[in-house]
Amino acid sequence: MSCLSGKTALITGASRGIGRAIALRLALDGADIAGIDVQEELLGETGALIEQKGRRFAPIMADVTDLEQMQQAVATVEDAFGSLDILVNNAGITRDALLIRMDAAAWNQVLAVNLTGVFNGIKAAARAMMRQRSGRIINVASIVGMIGNAGQANYAASKGGVIALTKTMAREMASRNVNVNAVAPGFIETAMTEQLSDKARQALFARIPLGRLGQPQEVADVVAFLAGPDSRYLTGQVIRVDGGMVM
Amino acid sequence: MADDVRERVIGLIAERMAVEADQITDDTHFINDLQSDSLDMAELVIDLEEEFDITISDEDAQKIETVGQAISHIEEA
Repeated sequence: MSCLSGKTALITGASRGIGRAIALRLALDGADIAGIDVQEELLGETGALIEQKGRRFAPIMADVTDLEQMQQAVATVEDAFGSLDILVNNAGITRDALLIRMDAAAWNQVLAVNLTGVFNGIKAAARAMMRQRSGRIINVASIVGMIGNAGQANYAASKGGVIALTKTMAREMASRNVNVNAVAPGFIETAMTEQLSDKARQALFARIPLGRLGQPQEVADVVAFLAGPDSRYLTGQVIRVDGGMVM
Repeated sequence: MADDVRERVIGLIAERMAVEADQITDDTHFINDLQSDSLDMAELVIDLEEEFDITISDEDAQKIETVGQAISHIEEA
């Protein structure tokens, strides 16, 4: 597949997990990749894997919560690759606690990375995409942002916010041929879900019709669809990648 | 200097809206004559801010309806 050859993609949180899988998949489809993260070593590993596939990789150490750093990152991509065609806002964190035990810092940090980070990414990339009259923005939300999850008030609120932001940006940018969609993963095998106990895992499986956790690659495959030519008539959509958990 | 501002503003609008510079006068209305939408106006204001290294408040931006108004706003800034 080379449906993204000549395209460039910027992916936040590209050092591991779903972000790394997205970076590798878009590279496989032919795109050059810029990856943003705060974990330099892991980001370098993602880069090595991409370069093995014969695509270019630009590692960018930046904090998505800082708009100026994100604007600088987009400028770096444009200098390195000449344009920015695809933005994947993937960076996310959890700081789980029941709300009555959740401190303000846990709330603020999760909102800053997961929601303000998406705002910053879109704001940094929007003008260039609008100018070139084409672009794809894909935000990584979560089914938790649609159905809630005990112990994740901050995370669920941030992901619900991402969904609303996705729909609003789809409306604002549609006339400029910029499509904005989201994926809403369910429970995916990553460092984020690693800490689940065996008991919690078994309980989860009972709620997942496909009977297993998802793989990062399976989310990346849907992101690749949203980044590619076959989804040109989709905007403002939230595609659940959750083994059927939410229908 | 004033003519220079005029030329640069008109050049910028011509490029952005894909019209010939000699079709644009002070009375050219962004919405009625150039079919600008709110996104075009937002982008134009950012372009003008960058071109002339000025800041245009949202309140002022909303008052700009014609090319002449854009030029005089920049000359006063």
